[in-house]
Amino acid sequence: MILIFAILALVIIVSSVLAITSNRMMHVAMYLLFVLAGTAGLYFLLGYHFLGVVQLSVYAGGVLILFIFAILLTNTKGERSEVHGVKRIIPAVLASVLGIGVIAIAVIKHTFLYVDKTAAAAADTTEIDMKVIGNALMGTEKYQYLLPFEVLSVLLLACIIGGILIARKR
Amino acid sequence: MKQLIDNFWQFVNGVDINAIPMELYLVVSTVMFFAGVAGFIIRKNLLAVLISVELVLNAAELNFAVFNRYLYPDLLEGMFFSLFGIAIAAAETAVAIAIIINVYRNLQSVDVEKVETLHG
Repeated sequence: MILIFAILALVIIVSSVLAITSNRMMHVAMYLLFVLAGTAGLYFLLGYHFLGVVQLSVYAGGVLILFIFAILLTNTKGERSEVHGVKRIIPAVLASVLGIGVIAIAVIKHTFLYVDKTAAAAADTTEIDMKVIGNALMGTEKYQYLLPFEVLSVLLLACIIGGILIARKR
Repeated sequence: MKQLIDNFWQFVNGVDINAIPMELYLVVSTVMFFAGVAGFIIRKNLLAVLISVELVLNAAELNFAVFNRYLYPDLLEGMFFSLFGIAIAAAETAVAIAIIINVYRNLQSVDVEKVETLHG
């Protein structure tokens, strides 16, 4: 268990650092794929199987294809992607390392109020029933999500129309 | 070999989630988040900047799921927030890529320094 987590964590950390330092755009897209797949693995590890499958199919399947097409459509001078000069890199790296240090220390020092460790341990090894997820997604009562679901569908429609309007040939 | 594979699946199926402390997940998502922030500042290519934003969003969604699972295991709020977050991130990416392709068509470049000519 901890071994699988260690492998996934290593893949995520190394790939996300390489994704912002790699020179070739196609490699950057591949490193993004590794990060997203590793995150899906963490969702599976947490017991959120549905969320992991959505992550894989929407992110790794949809968004990444969009990125690859965009990279291929806009590649100039051998699809190289330079980074800014040292004047921009040093403050950025400094701020990130400082941020990671502060947040990591804060997270590790803080004691979270675990609700009930034993009950959580018993419940966690089983995946969430699809029936529960479906009922929560399609109901209108408290703790149910039909309204956000419908709002999201309107947002997606607006995005389709906006995308066509922006990207079409004049 | 078959014994080894069987042992592996037994190990995977009999996992105990509390063997992993919650803080480890949070540290992983923190590193992902700040990698995204650094990439947002140091990258010149608009698409690479967008990929950095994806890293930041992904870290936030991982946090929602982890907090939900460890602190409120009988509720589903964090999971649904991540689910909607994924859908919104996909929509945002589609529109942003449409804009970037339009910029490329007008300026023959996706360099952030060239895009300065856009302000009127």
